[in-house]
Amino acid sequence: MWEALDILTQANFWAATIRIATPLIFGVLGALLCERAGVLNLGIEGIFVAGAMSGWLAVYLGLPLWGGVVVAALVGSLFGLVHGVLTVPLGLSQHVTGIGVTLLATSMAYFGYRVAFPNVATPPRIEPFAPLDVPLIGDLPFIGPILAQQTGFTVLAFACVGVLAFVLARTPLGLALRAVGDNPEAVEAQGLSVVALRIGAVMAGSALMALGGAFLTLSAFNAFYFGMINGRGWVCIALTVFASWRPGKALLGALLFGALDAYQLRIQTIAGGVVPSQIFLMLPYIFSIAALVLVARRADYPRALMKPYFKGQR
Amino acid sequence: MPSQGSTCEAPHDPRPLVLSLKGITKRFGPLTANDHIDLDVRAGEIVALLGENGAGKTTLMSILFGHYIADEGSVSIADADGKLAPLPGGSAQAALAAGIGMVHQHFALAENLTGFENIVLGTQSLWSLRPRGRGARDKIARLMAESGLAVDLDVPVARLSVGEQQRIEILKALYRDVRVLILDEPTAVLTPQEADSLAATVRTLAGKGLAVIFISHKLHEVLALCGRVVVLRGGTKVADRPTAGADRATLAELMVGRAIPARERPPSTPGAPVLSLRRVSVGALSQRDRLEGADLDVRAGEIVGIAGVSGNGQGALAALVAGLAAPRAGEAMIDGVRLAGADPAGRVAAHVGRIPEDRHRDGTIGSLSVAENFVLETISAPENQRAGLIRRAAIRARAMEAIQAYDVRCPGPDAAIRALSGGNMQKVVLARVLEREPKLVLAHQPTRGLDIGATTDVHRRLIAARGRGAAVLLISEDLDELFALSDRIAVVHAGHLSPALDAAGLDVRTVGLMMAGHGAGEAA
Ligand SMILES: Nc1ncnc2c1ncn2[C@@H]1O[C@H](COP(=O)(O)OP(=O)(O)OP(=O)(O)O)[C@@H](O)[C@H]1O
Ligand SMILES: [Mg+2]
Repeated sequence: MWEALDILTQANFWAATIRIATPLIFGVLGALLCERAGVLNLGIEGIFVAGAMSGWLAVYLGLPLWGGVVVAALVGSLFGLVHGVLTVPLGLSQHVTGIGVTLLATSMAYFGYRVAFPNVATPPRIEPFAPLDVPLIGDLPFIGPILAQQTGFTVLAFACVGVLAFVLARTPLGLALRAVGDNPEAVEAQGLSVVALRIGAVMAGSALMALGGAFLTLSAFNAFYFGMINGRGWVCIALTVFASWRPGKALLGALLFGALDAYQLRIQTIAGGVVPSQIFLMLPYIFSIAALVLVARRADYPRALMKPYFKGQR
Repeated sequence: MPSQGSTCEAPHDPRPLVLSLKGITKRFGPLTANDHIDLDVRAGEIVALLGENGAGKTTLMSILFGHYIADEGSVSIADADGKLAPLPGGSAQAALAAGIGMVHQHFALAENLTGFENIVLGTQSLWSLRPRGRGARDKIARLMAESGLAVDLDVPVARLSVGEQQRIEILKALYRDVRVLILDEPTAVLTPQEADSLAATVRTLAGKGLAVIFISHKLHEVLALCGRVVVLRGGTKVADRPTAGADRATLAELMVGRAIPARERPPSTPGAPVLSLRRVSVGALSQRDRLEGADLDVRAGEIVGIAGVSGNGQGALAALVAGLAAPRAGEAMIDGVRLAGADPAGRVAAHVGRIPEDRHRDGTIGSLSVAENFVLETISAPENQRAGLIRRAAIRARAMEAIQAYDVRCPGPDAAIRALSGGNMQKVVLARVLEREPKLVLAHQPTRGLDIGATTDVHRRLIAARGRGAAVLLISEDLDELFALSDRIAVVHAGHLSPALDAAGLDVRTVGLMMAGHGAGEAA
């Protein structure tokens, strides 16, 4: 019993929580940015894969690590452009297009990998981001060891939370984004372009999603594997509802999920013999479903979410 | 084709021209919504734009504001020096920059933003890092003081009343220093008091040199407020004349193209109560929209009007009668049967005909055809289905008959009902309700947004239903309508329903005061 609680006092557990949460933070931020503007982006799962693969490949081919990050973001925004053009000016079904983008991006990433490495037995490796070495804070008890296991990429994720929260709440751009997800007619009537705002939001959001993937190959691990995204994108879609489309709550949701995942890994070793390990594996996902059921009933969806807008039509 | 009709403008209007439309034409497929329309507007002028539902008023204004692109014709607007310059079409941004502001028939507000945010939206570079602050607030405060439009700027628009939302819409236009203000049916959703205060505001603004284009179906408002009327009929301009010397009958005739027959209301002798409420309470739909201990009888062969500012309990009353809400206390009976739970299907079976307040949301299903909407309530009746399969041909044939009988203007029974104008949609609802010869008719705001022709039609049908022996419960905010139709009138305020009094013994002023919360005794 005490062992179960003892886990919570281990710096290692908290470090793992943050590491597991980081890609989700990127993903939820990206999804909520798209959805705030009124576009559901189910391309997320595939964009994660494409970001993971392209960022890693760029570094493998000789770019610096941050260069890989930029490449992943660019690739993500390209897939965002595809999704945006199909769903915004053309008004295609956002569900169908999103799933199409996921299939396309996933296959392209796998295909590209196979073409680049036709016959390798073990996946090639890169030198990933090194843990932070912060003077003073690094020497603090408890906090120090947690921080010492994180990388600059995680810092970027936390910074993105703050930046996105600021942009949405405090700037004219954020105002326009929130408005276009609620009533595009209002945006049009104030002389702004609905199409430009929505496509821009989807591109930026997709870039964030791709960073989530890149974190896995450039920071959490050091190689690209097939199936490594493993539903993380879908989890982000659920967490977006849990977060009520707010960056602060998105951070909270991602950390909660990360904590549950880190916890189940550790409790397995304690209670392993008694309870089947699959039960523990399910825990974080049961949490997302439960959170969805509890929160989604009262969720305040952006009013224009998934409603295409055509100028001059009633 | 030049517009025909009486063009008798004042010969020497000294005020400068601010806006000039020439030969504007707009087609939607085979339909010509605007046919070579010319319109000049001068500074400080209030021009009414009249026309039946679907005459093309909103289309014309949408072209002016850049939502639609005209197929032919041009728009010119005075620049800062007063010289007319052409306005590029199809861009709301260009229209705003040229000083045109529009208050939309269906408000263009983001409801998750505050009033302040809606007003400043799009007024500065999107890449700026600092949002509008003090300066903007001062300017809005000044505009509010000048125009008399007071409203809380810091709550989300979703929480404002319709009247308050409209004030935000107007402030939004004024904030951009417009020189031409378009008001598209601004009073359709306002209470009489709010409409009066809006009229006062518009006068103040025009006094400061703003040109106003005012669209309304309420002719008394137009006569009181506007100096000139422009009438559209079927997309063409049929009249452009000063209001002086015109009356409601002449304007109505110009709009419809024929004289509107006066309403006749033959006397009728009421029978036994069909709807009877004894100390009935209905739970809250919103904070104020509930009913407490209401007593009411509506007898066969009479129309009982319920006056009141919307949201004071008529929603709860309508929900009770329509079977959407259950009585929380007291005894409610329809045709001798006690009402227990919420049971909309039971009301259909009990011969209650319902004309809902919002025909788009509750009265019709937009993507279904006219014929399908016509049988929505009775789809499981034997005349509409056999062995679980819909009898398309029979339904279609009866829908054709109803289209004829109720003069529904539509492409045919298979057209999606969404494509119909408001008045024609309402006629389909009316046909559905009245064809079944209901014992009790619930008419909730039956003529909101309808033109004078359609309104007269609805009134005629309701009076005919009464003549046939139906009990009619008419809920309306329009006092003219209530007095024209009702045998007895009750007033609802803050959930309390006054006794229904003989309409002949009441006057508009008394009812108006009761709607504002003064008791009958006090008001008299
Ligand atoms: N985007 C559109 N596509 C197709 N038809 C349209 C469109 N907009 C308007 N129409 C049609 O053009 C005609 C004119 O419509 P408009 O909205 O201008 O009428 P209106 O005079 O404003 O009527 P109301 O009093 O009901 O508001 C109608 O027959 C309408 O169905
Ligand atoms: Mg209109």
